[in-house]
Amino acid sequence: MEKEHKHHISSYFAHGTVLVTLLVLTVITVVVAGLKLGPLSVFVALIIASIKGTTVLTYFMHLKYDKPIYRIMVFGVFLLFALIIGITFIDYVFR
Amino acid sequence: MSGLTQEHAQPSYLDQQGKYKGLLGWIFSTDHKRIALLYLYTIVVFFLVAVVFGLLMRIELFFPGQDIMSPQTYNAMFTVHGVIMIFIIVIPGLSAVFGNFFLPILIGAKDVAFPRLNLLSWWIFLFGAILAVLSQFAGSGAPDTGWTFYVPYSAESDSNVVIALTAAFVLGFSSILTGLNFIVTIHRMRAPGMTWFRMPLFPWSLYATAWIQVLATPIVGITLLMVIAERTLHIGFFDPALGGDPILFQHLFWIYSHPAVYVMILPAMGVVTEIFPTFSQKPVFGYTAIAISSLAIAGVGYFVWGHHMFTSGMSYSARWFFSFLTFIVAVPSAIKVFNWLSTMYKGSIDLKPPLLYAISFIFLFMIGGLTGLVLGSLATNVQVHDTAFVVAHFHYIIFGGMGFGFFAGMHYWFPKMYGRMYNIKLANIAWGILFTGFNFLYFPQFVIGMQGMPRRYFDYLPQFQVGHFISSIGAFILVTGIILMIYNLIRSAHKGEVAPANPWRGSTLEWQISSPPPLENFDEIPVITGKPYQYNTDDLGNE
Repeated sequence: MEKEHKHHISSYFAHGTVLVTLLVLTVITVVVAGLKLGPLSVFVALIIASIKGTTVLTYFMHLKYDKPIYRIMVFGVFLLFALIIGITFIDYVFR
Repeated sequence: MSGLTQEHAQPSYLDQQGKYKGLLGWIFSTDHKRIALLYLYTIVVFFLVAVVFGLLMRIELFFPGQDIMSPQTYNAMFTVHGVIMIFIIVIPGLSAVFGNFFLPILIGAKDVAFPRLNLLSWWIFLFGAILAVLSQFAGSGAPDTGWTFYVPYSAESDSNVVIALTAAFVLGFSSILTGLNFIVTIHRMRAPGMTWFRMPLFPWSLYATAWIQVLATPIVGITLLMVIAERTLHIGFFDPALGGDPILFQHLFWIYSHPAVYVMILPAMGVVTEIFPTFSQKPVFGYTAIAISSLAIAGVGYFVWGHHMFTSGMSYSARWFFSFLTFIVAVPSAIKVFNWLSTMYKGSIDLKPPLLYAISFIFLFMIGGLTGLVLGSLATNVQVHDTAFVVAHFHYIIFGGMGFGFFAGMHYWFPKMYGRMYNIKLANIAWGILFTGFNFLYFPQFVIGMQGMPRRYFDYLPQFQVGHFISSIGAFILVTGIILMIYNLIRSAHKGEVAPANPWRGSTLEWQISSPPPLENFDEIPVITGKPYQYNTDDLGNE
């Protein structure tokens, strides 16, 4: 049903940039962990992890170059996951 | 749909000789139809085993006191009955059998997207099923936790819980791979011209189901591994003494297991949605509403798991939230029911066995659904929680819904699958016995449940005896109906009259090819020019 489309081939430069970005973010994660931000440290770590995950999905997994439907699917999965975790906390926060 | 009726020169999938012959030609076949039959035969065998366990439980409950088994054996019986029925039969059943057989045909494809992965799914399924049976006999005694494996008991029981957990974990992989295969197949392999809204409604229901299988099953897989880790390494996920929370298990378990109810019921809804227009010779009423309601059920179904936990100690805020959402999920289900009834309205109704089963599906599913609202409501739930009322409710949904949907599909597609016709009179009689037995078996459990009969109890007080007695009589009637139905189908598969390509005057693609279908379904991939379920007097196939 769906027509075949050409596969995007990323350049070495793009791959290298993503790799460096991931490594820098990893270093930041380690540094932030040592800052003793209290409860905020988990929050910051999760934000950095989310940026790293999004970068991998976007470039290494080619979501940027694929059809919008796949971006919608991935977004839907993460939304579902967030909702399930959020709803579970309706129990834990108000117990 | 395509106005195409194909007569094939090549042999049917049943006669096709591939690389291997005999049994090997089946267990190593990547043909979606053969794999569907592999699932069918595996599921029927395990179904009969679980039915025997169910019958033995009903015999034990005929009279108060110990009759034929010890309390520990009874605990093992309901655990094994539940594990086999849920994980081996009702969760994979309709998708694996009718989904595998008919999804590619209904969308005009030669096979699923990943045929080898499809075969691997069956092998994993078989391995998991064998593990589930082994757990009954190997090691330290049959598991006695119930199919829900609730902690803290499942983390402490001396019985063979780890193998049963592993079996459920392995079976989950089969489910995920089948779901993935179906999603890709539906996205990528629809025939030219088959837009989403020209697709028959059974594939729509399989699509919604497949997303649940892919997204929800990993959660229970991880949860079951956590219980194994808890038992073997004493990590403390769920043990309060180690800082864990037993209610966390219930959350994680039901985050999967409530959507799993829709894995069971959505394909059954899809099956009866094919049957009503065919046996009313009328386009399905509210095509778009039925299609979207499948997605809505799958979507909202993710967020109602907490209604299994109203008495667990969960926060009050969470309880009313889950109760509210539970009532919302009834809306798309009701949309489907009204559309099925409207499809039959002023139709040319032909009351053949598939339609009898489909109408029974509505009747039983409605009783199960409406009593589900009793359980979804906070106040009434507390009164009947963990009573026989719950047992009656979910048997009306799962057996009355998925089970009767499966029987409806079996009687609808049997002529296509085997190229032979079953004895319709005998099928009608079997249906009557089954339907009667079903209601005798499960309806009294609503009554004794409301009177206070707890579920999973080996013995009971004298005031519950009448209800239990009627229920056990019903079990024997039901089993008689099942035996008669299976006898009719097995006999007819070998000795039945040769079936025409389109015995029911169906309009979807499976009725446009010969019975049984050839290996790759279509000589030429059909071009779809209109919506499904268009009936006219010229569209009689090659009868």
